[in-house]
Amino acid sequence: MKLSKKFLNDYLSLDLDFKTVAEDMTRIGNEYDSVSKLVEATDLVVGKVIECKMHPDSDHLHVTLVDIGEEKLQIVCGAPNVREGIKVIVAKPGAKLPEITIKKSNIRGVESNGMLCALFELGIDKKYLHDEDINGICILGDDAKVGSDPIKYLGLDDEIIDFELTSNRGDLLSILGMAYEIGAIYSKDVKEMEVSYKESGEDINKSFKVKVETPDSPMFLAKRINDVVIKESPDFIKTRLIASGIRPINNVVDISNFVMLETGQPLHFYDADTLNNELIVRNAKDNEKLVTLDKNERTLTSADIVIATKDKAIGLAGVMGGLETEITEKTKNIIIESAIFDNVKIRQTSKRILRSEASNRFEKGLDPKRTYLAIDRCCNLLEKYADAKIQTGLVTYDKTNKENKEIEITFDKINKVLGLEIPEKEVVNILKNLKFEVKKLKDKVKVSVPSRRIDISIKEDLIEEVGRFYGLENIEGKLPTVPLKPGKYNKTYREIKHKMANLGLNECLSYALIRKSEFPLFQVTPKESISVLDPMTDEHETLRYTLLPSLINIYNYNKARGINDIHIFEMGNGFYKENGEYKEEMKLAALIAGEYKNQFESFKFNFYDIKGILEDLLDYLGYKDRYTLEVRELPKELHPYQSANIILNGKEIGIIGKVNPSIYKDDIFVLEISVKNLLENRCKDISVSEISKYPTILKDVAFIVPKDLKASDLVKEIKRFGGKLLKDILLFDKYEGEKLESGMKSLAFKLTFNDMNRTLTDDEVMEIFKKIIDGVTSKFKCQIRDK
Amino acid sequence: MEREDIIKSLNKDLESVKNKNDLAQVKANYLGKNGIVTNLSLKMKEIPNEEKKEYGKFLNEIKVSVTEKLENCASSIEQQELEEKLNKEKIDITLPSRRKMKGSIHPMTRVVEELEDLFVSMGYDVVSGPEIDTDLNCFTKLNLPEGHPARDSQDTFYLDKDYLLRPHTSPAQVRTMEANVNKEPLRIVCPGKVYRRDDDATHSHQFMQFEGLVVGEDISLADLKGTLELFAKKLLGEKTKVRFRPSYFPFTEPSCEVDVSCFKCGGKGCSLCKQTGWIEVLGAGVVHPNVLKMSGYDPEKYTGFAFGPGIDRFAMFKYGITDIRQIYTNDIRFLEQFDRKDVD
Repeated sequence: MKLSKKFLNDYLSLDLDFKTVAEDMTRIGNEYDSVSKLVEATDLVVGKVIECKMHPDSDHLHVTLVDIGEEKLQIVCGAPNVREGIKVIVAKPGAKLPEITIKKSNIRGVESNGMLCALFELGIDKKYLHDEDINGICILGDDAKVGSDPIKYLGLDDEIIDFELTSNRGDLLSILGMAYEIGAIYSKDVKEMEVSYKESGEDINKSFKVKVETPDSPMFLAKRINDVVIKESPDFIKTRLIASGIRPINNVVDISNFVMLETGQPLHFYDADTLNNELIVRNAKDNEKLVTLDKNERTLTSADIVIATKDKAIGLAGVMGGLETEITEKTKNIIIESAIFDNVKIRQTSKRILRSEASNRFEKGLDPKRTYLAIDRCCNLLEKYADAKIQTGLVTYDKTNKENKEIEITFDKINKVLGLEIPEKEVVNILKNLKFEVKKLKDKVKVSVPSRRIDISIKEDLIEEVGRFYGLENIEGKLPTVPLKPGKYNKTYREIKHKMANLGLNECLSYALIRKSEFPLFQVTPKESISVLDPMTDEHETLRYTLLPSLINIYNYNKARGINDIHIFEMGNGFYKENGEYKEEMKLAALIAGEYKNQFESFKFNFYDIKGILEDLLDYLGYKDRYTLEVRELPKELHPYQSANIILNGKEIGIIGKVNPSIYKDDIFVLEISVKNLLENRCKDISVSEISKYPTILKDVAFIVPKDLKASDLVKEIKRFGGKLLKDILLFDKYEGEKLESGMKSLAFKLTFNDMNRTLTDDEVMEIFKKIIDGVTSKFKCQIRDK
Repeated sequence: MEREDIIKSLNKDLESVKNKNDLAQVKANYLGKNGIVTNLSLKMKEIPNEEKKEYGKFLNEIKVSVTEKLENCASSIEQQELEEKLNKEKIDITLPSRRKMKGSIHPMTRVVEELEDLFVSMGYDVVSGPEIDTDLNCFTKLNLPEGHPARDSQDTFYLDKDYLLRPHTSPAQVRTMEANVNKEPLRIVCPGKVYRRDDDATHSHQFMQFEGLVVGEDISLADLKGTLELFAKKLLGEKTKVRFRPSYFPFTEPSCEVDVSCFKCGGKGCSLCKQTGWIEVLGAGVVHPNVLKMSGYDPEKYTGFAFGPGIDRFAMFKYGITDIRQIYTNDIRFLEQFDRKDVD
């Protein structure tokens, strides 16, 4: 909302810097975007062209001599309409115009000491100007005083605050609303609006009817104006419109816009001679067509409200009028519409079709008293500036409630909610400054809120009014007085992340919405996916179930930037639909690729690195010895012989392995577990076991076994033969190569023997050791190495 | 030989000793079977009786001196050999160490954890709601009735006519209040991902919010201010100030925009704060009585405050991140910079 200082001053006597007003408005909750002058140009003066000759070296330039009072300036001018005797706007040397700074110059051999200006050169947007103002310099009236300020003469000496208002303050989309709000800051009264006019002729109700056939129009007023004379508007109307961002057209159209700006009530004028004797307000039919003022054919739906004759729609209610009934140069008689339409309906229609100054106001809601006021103001101005005759009577359809809202509130409540101690007198003053009717009772106030403040209906709204005018900046912060208690949070989620980071992985945060085509990846039987109804792009259409497509994308992104060693993880929800219900569960995924190097070692990541990460995490979380890797069913995106399902208590909780080379040539290793399914398995707390006081005995042995024998099977047998004195089995070396028969591998173990109650003898350990060797070799038909 | 001569010759012999073997030879020459000192003591029986006492004393002095000299020499050789051994083991301590693979915690996680810790320490529970929620919880019960502009599908990712991706963490208010069977006072925060159909340069369609809600008797805007002061100080530094400006949100009344003093210029005015000294960071207010009522709380008995900042910007402020997209791009070179703890 652009607020013109001059326009505001029509209703509020205010002698304050507009920048201060803007700051004070911000303090009470009305933010602004900018404060500016309508014309920012400097060093302008009214001049009279006293000589005008052709430039000796040009077919279109003139050399003029201009009297600016204190001196006479020779100025070269290129405008076609420059001539002797006219009064013009002179930009003196040093003048700053929006586009240029004026300097003394030499134009084709002739000295030029300034510029004769067109209005657009001063910063008035061309859209507000007539063609003659765009093609030539501005010619001032003869009453302009040489040497005076031309901007003041033109009435363009205005300042503008461009407000960014909150959506509840539709009342501020009017000069009157602004006057009440700003008046309340400075304890000023709002001036009365001039609304008087003479009526004549027969009552319109005898010849004209309004039929409202929809509940979406609670109010519709029509007034007839006869014998208007279409001409240019007076300057005060034109300049106020321009300052408010609206293009002047002619007196009649301008008055309709002017009154909307003043009152906030949008109006529509129909050429009465294009109508018959009835207006119908109804919902549009689906696919009904209407050509609007801007000459576009609109296709309507039953959610739109139209104004119609018996035959067809002639206007899109609240948004834009129809072309057929518009005001033209030839218009003589007018029907004025002042109405209220359902704000939600108007918003939906305008969003689909067109946003306008009118729809913006209808959307935010209107004061039904202003609907009448606007008609009267319109009649007053049309009588004065369009020589109109106002026909007697008003066609009225009105189902609105215009009563003031009565609210009672205690002083104590106000102060308790705000956390302030505002004196009672101050509370009353604030409410009175807002021009609310206030009655002070013993410990409370009874407030009658006028209908213009449609945003106020409950106690809390009044508390806010008091708070914002008293100043929220006066509140001293304190902490709530509440009972002591410990706060709770999910520590395990945190610990998972920190463990993963400690294991050397970088935490990522990526978008939950992915491509639809990425959803099924890394799933054996894809879950039912969830997509948003109206995606912004294909890239973010479907909610992910596994996080792995995201991690693969992150891998690609970094690889494309020359980063090949990547170790990352992410924790977040996976989404799917099951039996018509939306489900989400916490998941953890990790990806490693490339190699790890330091001074001593350098290795390419392989399956055992990702497996190590999994085991370190699960052991840390307390699941040691409770999970296994088994191949049950793997997604086709994983390598069939370097991948596994992660099983905990017999149930699958995730997958781990190498990305299938048919999908990705690079060696990428991933894991993903359902944190939800994992944490459903409870862990016991640490319970320390006693440490043996007696020495341990260590034995090493290596078995040569077929390559495809699983190490876990070998360990199981060693454990079986080792009995209860065998405390630990460490696989410390694996060898395959020339020194062995092909198809064989050597697995070396370090075995730890110990007893809680006594020192073991070498002989008894040797006996067990032999039992293990004999048992294992005969079970797997294998040999031990180096013997 | 006189005592002095023996010492002199011993000193001379010791001078050429280079190692333990040399020393053993010298020791044998003096104290061994045929050694000089041994021979002198064998002479004892040839000494007349009256001189024996004198000679014994002489012998003893020589033995003590010689032994002492030899021991000194031995220890200095040992010292020398140790030094040689250590010298041989000299390494270049500037070579890089054997380090473990380094990981990192994402800046958003850090900010969430820091805030969670602050609020948990004040007795707030951290709750998490679903990211898919109903339009009833996200809008209707937050006093955004049907037809309200904020409900437009233009801004919200709907999944069907009733379900959507939560556009804010505020449904956590509704869920927590409804779950509280006895309608007792409560204190919660809810960090989480939220989604909006916003795709300009400074907005990401997914971002993080950190909802806060306190319901109790006589909870006021002053309580809110004090709480947010702690919040801002925790993230932006002890000197940070908080300013309230009146504003409008459907779920709170009164509502306010909350500004913090510019942490870059300290409030003097700079490019970050557009010369105002203040940066707008969040919306907050006193819980609207309709919101309390719809979740079963009696607005005559209870009041509350709520706040709901987007915290991506706080992460940007705290770590000097200039482009919000960096938060979701996951460039390893960006992530790796978060491989250390924050300053307490």
